[in-house]
Amino acid sequence: MKADSDVLLTLAVQFAIMSLLALGGANAVVPEMHRLTVEARGWMDDRQFADMFAISQVAPGPNVMIVTLIGFHVAGLAGALVATLAMCGPTAVLALYLGRTWDRFKHAPWRVAVQAGLVPISVGLVGASAIVLTRAADHNWIAAVITAATAAFAYWTKWNPLWLIGMAALVGLAGLV
Amino acid sequence: MSDTAAPPAPVPPIPSHADLFFAFFKITLSGFGGTLPWTRRMFVEEKRWMTAQEFNDVYALCQFLPGPNIVNLTTVFGSRMRGATGALAAWAGFLILPFCLMTVAALLYGRFGDIETVRRVLAGVAPAAAGLIIATAAKMAAPLFGRWGPAPAVFLATALAIGIMRWPLLWVLAVLAPTSIALAWWWRQ
Repeated sequence: MKADSDVLLTLAVQFAIMSLLALGGANAVVPEMHRLTVEARGWMDDRQFADMFAISQVAPGPNVMIVTLIGFHVAGLAGALVATLAMCGPTAVLALYLGRTWDRFKHAPWRVAVQAGLVPISVGLVGASAIVLTRAADHNWIAAVITAATAAFAYWTKWNPLWLIGMAALVGLAGLV
Repeated sequence: MSDTAAPPAPVPPIPSHADLFFAFFKITLSGFGGTLPWTRRMFVEEKRWMTAQEFNDVYALCQFLPGPNIVNLTTVFGSRMRGATGALAAWAGFLILPFCLMTVAALLYGRFGDIETVRRVLAGVAPAAAGLIIATAAKMAAPLFGRWGPAPAVFLATALAIGIMRWPLLWVLAVLAPTSIALAWWWRQ
């Protein structure tokens, strides 16, 4: 029991902090989630983390729901609930507060500078997510080819990403990866 | 349903708490591949709860805020319509279905994740999901490199510190955020 409540507390605190550091959205903190769950705590391995990210991308709903998968894996239904609330609660409260005062500072020079300064950081965090996920998912050259091909098609064409995912699933099903 | 007999009504009707809850519940049902377009469609075009300008304004705020943008967007919409309790109604309506779905997915993954067929499919899908995020990062980064300024260096420093060095996010941001904001401020002068 003691261990359980310790784990729930860790989930609550760590995800609440992450939600406030998630500049630009949930994908920005994927590397931090990996650091916490795989490297620091050993709750899961690389493969499981890559699986969960993939499931959260394919399933309907916002990408942030990867925290529900992680929470459930670590501590069952209670873990799923705690992780989701911690990730989606604190920043909603902040949004509520700033939503009321936004009109007062939306044209302020400091606000513009803060945003201009944070944009390259938030993009850099998505780049970091790409690095971490590629390392976690690609364990042989066929997987690396799938990653490269998907990235190329998603970058240069307007195909629906679900088609790309579907084709990758077929390659996997054929036992090629 | 509507809980106020509104005084000489403002042109767009103000949605009730139940309206907000079910509006966002419905959005998550249709939100395959991003819920933002659906949110805009329902609020601006179908129900006319907001003008296009108001929508953009709320969107700009949510780009400024940390955390899952779309959840923040939901919260701000709810609060603009019905205050804090409206925010809660919209927030709950938006999260309840994805939460249930993901819990079921987690249950299935825990039970069947090691079956050969599932293993194979995921072994193909996980690299593809990584590829999608590479493309997203590339699309977002491209405009940064189009202009002269500190942005490309900050982008590379962040990706390196977090993606390769694997330093803790809190410390990296504590150093990089003030530096980058100061550079942006100084660059504008």
